Amino acid sequence: MSQYILRRVLISIPTLLVISFIIFAVLALAPGDPLAQFAVNPAIPESTRQLIRQQLGIDQPWHIRYVKWVIAMFQGNWGFSFQTKAPVIDLIWQRLPQTLQVVGVAYILAILLAIPIGIISAVRQYSFFDQVATFFAFIGFSVPSFFTGLLLMLVFAIGLHWFPIVYSSTLEITNWSSFVLQIRQMTLPVAVLVVQQTAALTRFMRSSMLDNLPLEYVRTARAKGLAERVVVLRHVVTNSLIPVVTLIALGIPTIFAGAIITENLFRVNGLGQLLITAIQNSDTPVVMALTFIFAVLTVTFNLVADVLYGVLDPRVRYN
Amino acid sequence: MRKLRKLSAFHAISLIALLSMVITACVPATAPGGAPAAATPAAAAEAGSKVLKILYWQAPTILNPHQATGTKDFDAASVILEPLARYSEKDELIPYLAAEIPTLENGGVAKDGLSVTWKLKTGVKWSDGSDFTADDVVFTYTYCSTKETACVNTANYDPIKTVEAVDPNTVKITWKETNPDPYVSFVSYTGMIIQKKQFEKCAGATAITDKDCQAANLAPIGTGAYKLKEFKPGDVVTYVRNEAYRDVANVYFDTVEIKGGGDATSAARAVCETGEVDYAWNLQVQKAVLEPILAAGKCDAVAGGSFGVERLELNFSNPDPALGDKRSEPDQPHPAFSDLRVRQAINKAIDRKAIADQLYGPTGSPTCNIMVSPVAVNSPNTKCDRDVEGAKKLLDEAGWTVGSDGIREKDGKKLELLYQTSINPLRQGEQAIIKANLAEVGITANLKSVDAGVFFGGDPGNPDTLNKFYADLQMFTNSPSSPVAIGYLSGWLCSKVDSAENKWQAGNDQRYCNKDFDALYAKFVSELDPAKSNELAIQLNDFLINDVAVIPLINRVTPSGKLKNLEGPTYNTFDSNLWNIATWKRN
Repeated sequence: MSQYILRRVLISIPTLLVISFIIFAVLALAPGDPLAQFAVNPAIPESTRQLIRQQLGIDQPWHIRYVKWVIAMFQGNWGFSFQTKAPVIDLIWQRLPQTLQVVGVAYILAILLAIPIGIISAVRQYSFFDQVATFFAFIGFSVPSFFTGLLLMLVFAIGLHWFPIVYSSTLEITNWSSFVLQIRQMTLPVAVLVVQQTAALTRFMRSSMLDNLPLEYVRTARAKGLAERVVVLRHVVTNSLIPVVTLIALGIPTIFAGAIITENLFRVNGLGQLLITAIQNSDTPVVMALTFIFAVLTVTFNLVADVLYGVLDPRVRYN
Repeated sequence: MRKLRKLSAFHAISLIALLSMVITACVPATAPGGAPAAATPAAAAEAGSKVLKILYWQAPTILNPHQATGTKDFDAASVILEPLARYSEKDELIPYLAAEIPTLENGGVAKDGLSVTWKLKTGVKWSDGSDFTADDVVFTYTYCSTKETACVNTANYDPIKTVEAVDPNTVKITWKETNPDPYVSFVSYTGMIIQKKQFEKCAGATAITDKDCQAANLAPIGTGAYKLKEFKPGDVVTYVRNEAYRDVANVYFDTVEIKGGGDATSAARAVCETGEVDYAWNLQVQKAVLEPILAAGKCDAVAGGSFGVERLELNFSNPDPALGDKRSEPDQPHPAFSDLRVRQAINKAIDRKAIADQLYGPTGSPTCNIMVSPVAVNSPNTKCDRDVEGAKKLLDEAGWTVGSDGIREKDGKKLELLYQTSINPLRQGEQAIIKANLAEVGITANLKSVDAGVFFGGDPGNPDTLNKFYADLQMFTNSPSSPVAIGYLSGWLCSKVDSAENKWQAGNDQRYCNKDFDALYAKFVSELDPAKSNELAIQLNDFLINDVAVIPLINRVTPSGKLKNLEGPTYNTFDSNLWNIATWKRN
């Protein structure tokens, strides 16, 4: 087992290097200019922009910049943002709490909702509950978050005034009313994310349950005279959870990746918003740092999921 | 088997529990429950505390205006820092750190136009309690004129030969050559003074590499009405009243907050419909969406002056791809536009009113001038009414006759024009209207839209930039950066024509060249009398319009939104929208 993990870790190093190279190349080859906002500003002529490009080091060919980036990376230096002209890592630490708070809470809620819904849907297959759950799952799947987000905003924030549309990250939770405010401002972005994530997980849980229900061991359990409740919860659910747990583990990096559209829509200053503004402004060091962290997390949690699978399902063995 | 299965179930459940714990551990301070409470955001603020909430759909990322990356940064810095003088919404200079505005009359501006002497206010203090002196002004020049600093406002300090502190309250600027614009340096958002003590070691490459300078860039010490409390780059800036401010008794708000991010439409909604914020900047929203939002009644639109003139540019060189390397080079005259009558015909064919009514609404009005602000240089002599028949007649006279397919042609060549602009729903709407206008007089326009980052980016390696102008027509917005439009009007000089030789960086992307215009421009830049200078600016404008060197379309006045009870915000053409934030108050 430990040999297997070691092998996987070693393989992941070249994988990450290739990923970082591809991202850097895409960023370098894509059109864009960190100084584009100044292009129409008559007070800042091209000569000044050239000066700033030299200062930022983006006048050099991209392959040289990539090598420099890799060397700095190995020294633990993430570089500085072209936008703030300050270390990238500071920005990331500043944004992480908001993302964990909003996207993380949404993920937990989605898991807590999806598992029972999936179980009931499978046990009562084609019942009214199942039909309704399926209906909403497909809505959650197919309606993009920029639509649900805007819709919720229009109805609940602008129409009914129940929730704010401007997320305040300076809000300090000191008493009951500021806590309520925090809940209120989190409600809409969390709702948008929950709808999406629950949809996927529910379907997964349901089909996993349906795979297990007709199996021999379930019939055996019933034949022993166990109550249906015990059969489902103790036997079927536990086995059905194995693939779902893997899926949940694989989804954890996406929490750190933030939710680009939702965060931007509701002005939640999370990592997703940081990423999209960095991309829009060709802020290469920030984009590189974020995407690289996501890559590391994805590779890591892939490994975690594989190992977990072996732990949860003794039939799976790695040698 | 059964035992094993139990084990795995236990693992699965404990894993979920563990995950939940890990994630919730990262979520700060949560209390139980969920009882309803109808507290509004404003009510959550401490009782009696006056908070001004400003919303920018682009978030400030740096507070040193000399390292800014956009208007958002200049504006956010304007709350803390001050220049010697600022422009008001009437384009008049108001002294800030200066005691008075130097003029020819009071002797502040030298008669030969070679120097200007500023008297500074006495007793001004930085928010850390130290004295503001002429040395800080001199240092700001040193900071910005050091090449390695890569100061964004370099162009404003380029005309300077020396800056001297005559005494602690007097600064003398000597220009390299006669300068008709004595207020180009240390004035408006490009001229904010930074503290020598704080930035002393930051002049040069250390400006962004040194740790202390990086910190200073995010937290400058200022002389303004507010000082920084907290800055989360790319998200929110919080300011508190600066108790060391010279007029602190009249500063109304205790706290100012500039929140950034999101989009312009929801920013408009946040001020006009939900009233969550007091002021929302730059509501660049399509007319059809913006008008109903403004009509919600909670807010006032603050619009006026000029955000810039949206113009249609004609290429005076030939962009034909068949020319290869010679494409759009200045020595290749345009086959159609070399004839004034064709240019006039295009100008007459365009329906500016339709563009303004259908697309801009409250955000722009038709204009015939490329110089619209200040009012004194907005020429009263020009006309640009639509005249389709007149346009057809001119094209007939020029020898472009209507072919069998309805498209005009001359010597076997069709009048087909490539018309490019940046990707932006508003611009694509304009393209559609102008294409239809041109079709009416027998001209085909092939539309092309380029990513804004590329179009404005100026990358010499990219064929789609506005500088390269590999098209017949292109459209964008531009405006002078100072009321004396020296740099802006130089964009039509023969010496500034873009070409491969100067890597398309000279500034005259139209390749327009006229000796008479150059002569008039030379007179303009040597004129020191403000009234005569304005007169010459009008003549230059009229020259370009009569020669149809460029076709102005719309004077853009992007509105900002403010709550009805907020007093103070104005539009501003030559300075930050937050120029007078010290005096904003709620009534």
